[in-house]
Amino acid sequence: MNAAAARSGWGADTLLLVGPAVLFLLLFFVYPFAYGFWLSFTPAEGTWLANYSKFFSDEHLWRTLIITFQLALPVTILNVALALPIAFQLRRKTRYQRWMTAILVIPITLGTVLIAEGMLTYLGPKGWLAQFLSLFHVYDGPIRLTHNFIGVVISLVISGFPFAFLLILSYVTGIDPVLARAAATLGASPFAQFRHIYLPLLAPGLATTFCLAFVQAFSVFPSAVLVGAPSGPTRVISLAAYEAAFEQYDYSMASAVAMIMGFAQLIVVVAVLGLRHAFYRGPASGAKG
Amino acid sequence: MNDRRHWIYRAWSGLLLGLMTLFVLNIGLMVASVATNSFARRWLGSWLPEGYTTQWYVAAWKEFQLGDVLWVTAEVVLTVVALSIAIGVPAAYALARKSFRGKQLVMLLILLPLIIPPITYGIPLATVMYQAHLGGTLYGVILANLVPALPFVILVMTPFIEQIDPTLESAARVFGANTLRIFWHVLIPLLMPGILAASLLVLVRTIAMFELTFLTAGPDSQTLVVALYYAVFAAGVRAPQSVDAMAIVYMALTLVWLLIALRFVNPTQLVSRVKDQTTAGAH
Repeated sequence: MNAAAARSGWGADTLLLVGPAVLFLLLFFVYPFAYGFWLSFTPAEGTWLANYSKFFSDEHLWRTLIITFQLALPVTILNVALALPIAFQLRRKTRYQRWMTAILVIPITLGTVLIAEGMLTYLGPKGWLAQFLSLFHVYDGPIRLTHNFIGVVISLVISGFPFAFLLILSYVTGIDPVLARAAATLGASPFAQFRHIYLPLLAPGLATTFCLAFVQAFSVFPSAVLVGAPSGPTRVISLAAYEAAFEQYDYSMASAVAMIMGFAQLIVVVAVLGLRHAFYRGPASGAKG
Repeated sequence: MNDRRHWIYRAWSGLLLGLMTLFVLNIGLMVASVATNSFARRWLGSWLPEGYTTQWYVAAWKEFQLGDVLWVTAEVVLTVVALSIAIGVPAAYALARKSFRGKQLVMLLILLPLIIPPITYGIPLATVMYQAHLGGTLYGVILANLVPALPFVILVMTPFIEQIDPTLESAARVFGANTLRIFWHVLIPLLMPGILAASLLVLVRTIAMFELTFLTAGPDSQTLVVALYYAVFAAGVRAPQSVDAMAIVYMALTLVWLLIALRFVNPTQLVSRVKDQTTAGAH
């Protein structure tokens, strides 16, 4: 084995090492996606665009896209806006930071199904929250926090905030604290340090966090059914795709909805990453080491 | 002036601490109310139930065939972990050490399943699987779960491989070892901490993976999280307490592995492996 062959081409070694992984992803990720794309243009009846024109003309369908945006955009902004100051606050490595991050990991791994079941028990009309509020006469009326739009927002914050927090925290801790200390020596307040040192360095990381958090919220599924109102106010696009595939067995239509969904996410991701370049002021990896 | 600034800063810190406490407290109470309900004899509108019983766990075990579901979950999760490590570690090694034509393209191929949400590619994937008669079977569920697990292992393993001194491999080559022997005798022992971390992370993520399992599972190939979804979905039919009992079993299962995982890995690793790659690839 000479060094030059190992450098450039696909030697037997490389093929043996990467081959299985590439083959698997081609078979079970690229092929289904390509097949779905093709399938979406071959509807059971009508022209090749029939599925897409049906989606955008049937209010029951196009509304799902709007509802999904109405849910995902505010929730993502809220999660990132909450996570940023809290991650900044916990930027120093302490026991407190370790415990906080460990506690915040739990809601992520519990998953949306368990969060939904917990919300139904805890936030329900006879749950502890309702009892607590009426005990202190904060609010005596019936509380309606589940089986509606708000219920889905709450569940997306519970699962999405820790995700955004952990991501931003890993960016914040990647910035060398020496920079902030230098600024502090020159009399910068914590706010000024944040505004003039952390924020510019964090901008690319915030854009990535926003994209990943948005994509996660955009594909909301179990909580929209379990704590939402899946027949109306929280009929999200993933639900429309699922119903087309597994209730009407119209795989062509289901693929079309999945493609529209993927395309809509892509638009937001590209827009945010484009904005990122407008704010770009330094190397994306921050000022590590 | 300085005093006022200090005061504002203190108030701001207090506000943030308050927000965090509120968040954690409510989640804690949420979990506690599910746990209380799962042991409740009768609990209607009072602070605590009238009595306690374990009958709901017995009921959940029988009604939801929890034994079978747990067995399926174990089969799926362990196979996914084993396969993703077996395929992912060599691929991560090649991506960390070798440069070859189309490497950027391979990186993109590996990143995409982590950036595109499961429900978007899960629907075409399920369609293909049902046509290949894999849909509804255990194999289908395993293969579907492997799609995000494999890229995740590759991204988690890459930094571990980069830490290993390449002269060790060169030395082994000088003594005539081929790639397979180098892998088995040099790399695997050195990579053990990384492999352990990746396995635990994939394990926790696969237990919680709802969408792909939901789309590809049949009645005999449901994992615990999907069975829980159906139980909550059809809640009117069954006693809510036995649904909660099932939720507690699910939570216990995840938490045990999560606590083990947290001993070996940084919590941010559960979510942030993608980010290094996306920012590195973007410019």
